[in-house]
Amino acid sequence: MAFYVVQFLTGLASAASLFLVASGLSIIFGVTRIVNFAHGAFYMVGAYIAFTLTDRLSGAFGFWGGIVVAALAVALIGVLVEMVLLRRIYHAPELFQLLATFGLTLMVEDLVVLIWGPDDLLGRRAPGFKGAVDFFGQNIPSYDLFLIVLGPVVLGILWLLFQRTRWGVLVRAATQDRDMVAALGVNQKWLFTSVFAVGVFLAALGGALQIPRDAVHHAMDLRIIVEVFVVVVIGGLGSIVGAFVAAVLVSELNAFGILIFPKISIILVFLVMAVVLIVRPWGLFGRPEAPARRTPGLTVNPWRPLTSNERLASLAALGVAAALPLFAGNYALTVGSEIAIFVIFAVSLHFLMAVGGLASFGHAAYFGLGAYGVAFLAKMAGLPMIVCLLLGPLLGCLGAAVFGFFAVQLSGVYFAMLTLAFAQIVWSIAFQWVSVTGGDNGILGVWPEKWAASPSHFYWLALGVATLVTIALRIAVFSPFGYALRATRDSALRSEAIGINVKRMQWTAFVIAGTTAGIGGALFAYLKGSVFPDNLGISLSVDALVMVLLGGVETVSGAVIGAIVYKALNIWLVSQTDLSKLVLGAFIVLIVVVFPKGIVGMLEMLAQRRKGSSPPGSTLLAKPIGPAE
Amino acid sequence: MSVAPTLLAVEGLTKSYGGIHAVRGVSFELRAGEILALIGPNGAGKSTCFDMLNGQNKPDSGRIRLLGEDTTAKKPREVWRLGVGRTFQITATFATMTVRENVQVALISHQKQLLNLWGSAPRFDRDEAVRLLELVGMGGYADRPCGELAYGDLKRLELAVALANEPKLLLMDEPTAGMAPRERIDLMRLTARIAREKSIGVLFTEHDMDVVFEHADRIIVLNRGTLIAEGSPTEVRGNPQVQAVYLGEGLVYDARHREGAAT
Repeated sequence: MAFYVVQFLTGLASAASLFLVASGLSIIFGVTRIVNFAHGAFYMVGAYIAFTLTDRLSGAFGFWGGIVVAALAVALIGVLVEMVLLRRIYHAPELFQLLATFGLTLMVEDLVVLIWGPDDLLGRRAPGFKGAVDFFGQNIPSYDLFLIVLGPVVLGILWLLFQRTRWGVLVRAATQDRDMVAALGVNQKWLFTSVFAVGVFLAALGGALQIPRDAVHHAMDLRIIVEVFVVVVIGGLGSIVGAFVAAVLVSELNAFGILIFPKISIILVFLVMAVVLIVRPWGLFGRPEAPARRTPGLTVNPWRPLTSNERLASLAALGVAAALPLFAGNYALTVGSEIAIFVIFAVSLHFLMAVGGLASFGHAAYFGLGAYGVAFLAKMAGLPMIVCLLLGPLLGCLGAAVFGFFAVQLSGVYFAMLTLAFAQIVWSIAFQWVSVTGGDNGILGVWPEKWAASPSHFYWLALGVATLVTIALRIAVFSPFGYALRATRDSALRSEAIGINVKRMQWTAFVIAGTTAGIGGALFAYLKGSVFPDNLGISLSVDALVMVLLGGVETVSGAVIGAIVYKALNIWLVSQTDLSKLVLGAFIVLIVVVFPKGIVGMLEMLAQRRKGSSPPGSTLLAKPIGPAE
Repeated sequence: MSVAPTLLAVEGLTKSYGGIHAVRGVSFELRAGEILALIGPNGAGKSTCFDMLNGQNKPDSGRIRLLGEDTTAKKPREVWRLGVGRTFQITATFATMTVRENVQVALISHQKQLLNLWGSAPRFDRDEAVRLLELVGMGGYADRPCGELAYGDLKRLELAVALANEPKLLLMDEPTAGMAPRERIDLMRLTARIAREKSIGVLFTEHDMDVVFEHADRIIVLNRGTLIAEGSPTEVRGNPQVQAVYLGEGLVYDARHREGAAT
C-alpha cells in the first residue's frame, strides 16, 4: 500500500514542472492565439542556465537565486523572440506559427549543444531538500514534497495575478476578445509581449526546478513539449485550472502506467486522451471554439488541371529524371532514390494539408509504420519484396485509420498537437517495445531483391512509384471526392448543409494520406536496408511540413518541387556542416516570415503578374475570407 | 392552397440558453408552394428557430416534422437529404472554388458521389450546374472565383446551391440582408417564381418589411421567443400586438390601457 502512495506522490511531484510549462503555453495561447512550439526549448534553456548559475553560485541563496534568475533571463530571451519574430506572424495561419516556433526549437537545440556540450549534466541538489522522508519503509525525496506543494502554490499565485491585478483583468479580457480590448485603447503590443514573457518565465522555471531531479540534456525540449501538448489537449487550451488537473492526471498515469504496462506505459495516457477527446473534444476545462482562421490555402485562385503544354513539360522533366542513370554515378542515384521517396512523402502530406486543410504535425508516423510494416513482413514472415511493398503500407493505413479517427474530431491547432502526440506515441512504442521492434537498434538487413538491388534499378523503381503516386493524388484532387474535400476545408458549415459528412471526408483523406506516406516508408526501408524509430520521429514529420511549405501549400503539386529542393539541400547541408539543425531552423523561420507562398506559389504569382492581371489574393489576403463559423 | 400537403410541422419548439428563453413553445405549419415569412425584432429568436429547423441546433423540447418524418434530432446533412435547401444569414460558400464548382459540389453530394476518387469533378454535371446558375441569373459568372463575388451575388449563388438537390422546402435566413434595394426585390421575385413553378415551400426571415409584405403568403411573428401573431400580410399588418412590437412602447402602453379600460 505504502508503495502505491509513494508512487502517487512521485506522480504529483512530476506534475509540478509539467503544470508550469503547460500553464505558460496556455496563457500565451489564450491571448496571442499562438501555440508556442518553442516552449519546450525555453524549458530546456531554463534548465541549462539554472545548471550553470547554481553551479557557480554557492549556498542556499545561490541555488534558489540562481533558479529564479535563470527563469528571468530566459523570459528576457522570450521578450526578444516575441518582438523580433512573433510580432511578424500574429496574423499568419496557425501552421506557420507552429512551424516558425519549431524552427526556433531546432536552432536552440544546436545552440545548447554548442554552449554546454552534448553530454548529460547532473545538477546540484537543492539545499534544505537533500534528504528523503521515510514513509512506512519507503523513501520519498524531500525535494519531491517541495514540488508537490509548489504546484498548487503557483496555481494560487496565478489565480491572484489574473483575478486581482489590472494586468490580469486585461489578459482575461484579451483571452475572450482581443479585438475588443484593442478597440478599448489597450496597448496590445505590450500586453502580448508581457504575456509571452510570463509564459516563458513559467516554462523556464519549470525547467530550472527539474535540475535536482533529472539530468539536463539537449533532447528534453521535445520530450516535454509532447507531454505538454497532451496535457493541454486533455485540460483544454487557455485554461490554467485545466492545465493543473491534466498535468496531475498525465503524471499519475505515467507513474502508474509503468506498473501496468512496463514496456509501453504511454498507451495508458493515450487511452485517457482518446476518451477525453470523444467525450469533450475541447478538453476537460476548455471551451469549444470555432477556428477563426482558415489554415492553409490563402489564395482564391481556383485550381485547374494541367494544360496540355504543362503536361508535356512534366513529361519531359520525368524523361530527364528517368535518364539520370545514364550519366550519374551510384551515389547520385541513391540520393535520387531518396528524393523520389520524399516526393511521395511530401505529396501525401500536401494532399491532406492543401486539399483537406488538415496540417498534420505527425505525418512521419505513417511513413515510419509503412517502413516497419515492410521490415516485419520481410524479416519475420520472409515474404518476397513485391508482396512486402504492397502489404507494408497497410500498417501505415491502419495507423492512419485509428489515429485519424480521433484527430479529425478536432481542427486547427488542436489537430496539429494531437497528430504530433500520436506520432510521438508510435515513436515511443517503436523505441520501447524492444522485443518486437528492436528498439533503438531498429531492424536491420531489409535489403531489396536482386531485380531491384542495383542503384539504377532501385532508382527507377522509386521514380516510377513516385510518379504513379503523384498522378494518382492529382486525379484524386480533381475527383468528386477531391472537390468535396476542398469544400469541407473552405466551409464546414456549408458542407454539412449540403449533405457532406465533413468528418468522414476528412477521415478518408487522412487514411489516403497515411497509406500513401506508408508507400514512401516501405520504399525507404529497402533503400536504407533497415528501419529505426527515427523513421517516425518528429523531425521527419517537420521535414514533410517544410517540403510542403517550401513548394507552396496553395498549389496543386508544389510539394513535388518542395521535396526535390529541400531534400537535395538537406543532404548537401548535412555533408557540409555539423550545425545542420541550426541552419535548418533558421531556414524554416526565414521561409515562414519572408516566403510564405513557397516556390511554386511565387512562380504562379509572377506568371499572373506578367499576364497583367491583378495578382490573385493580394487584396483578398487583407480581408478575411468567409465568415468565421 | 388548402389541398397542398403539409411540408413542415413545428410543435412546441423550445430552446433556452442559461436563463434566457430564446424560443418558447413555437408551433406553426408550412404547406407545399407556400411562402411563409418569419419576422420579429432583433433577439426575437428567429435565427435560433431557423437553426433548429435544419438541425444546426437542438431544441430543448418540441417536435419538428418534415415531410411526415420526425427530424427533431437529425443533423443538418440528414435534413438536407430529405430535400431541404438552406441559405445562411451570413453567406457560407466555398471561397477558393469557382462559382460553378460551388454548385458542382452540391450536385456531387446530391448524387452520392462523395467518395468517388476516380471521376472528373470539373466535368461533373456541368450542364446542370450551369442551368442552376442561369436560373438565378448567375450564368455569366460560372468561372469566376467565388471569393471575388459581391455580396448580392453570393446570396444568389447560395440560392443556386440550395436548389441543387431539387428541394421541397427552402429555408432562407435573411436572404436579402446586405443587398441593395433593387437586388432584394429581384432576388425575392426570383425565389417566389421558382417556388411557385416547382411547388417548393419557402420559409424565410427578413427585416425588410417591404420584401415581407410583398412576397409572403403568410406571416408569423415572433417576439421574445413566443409566437404573437400569424396570418396573411393584411391581417398581420393590422394586428395591434405586432404594431406594438414594431413601433414601440407608446403603443404598448395604449394597448394595455385599452385592455385595462375594457375590464
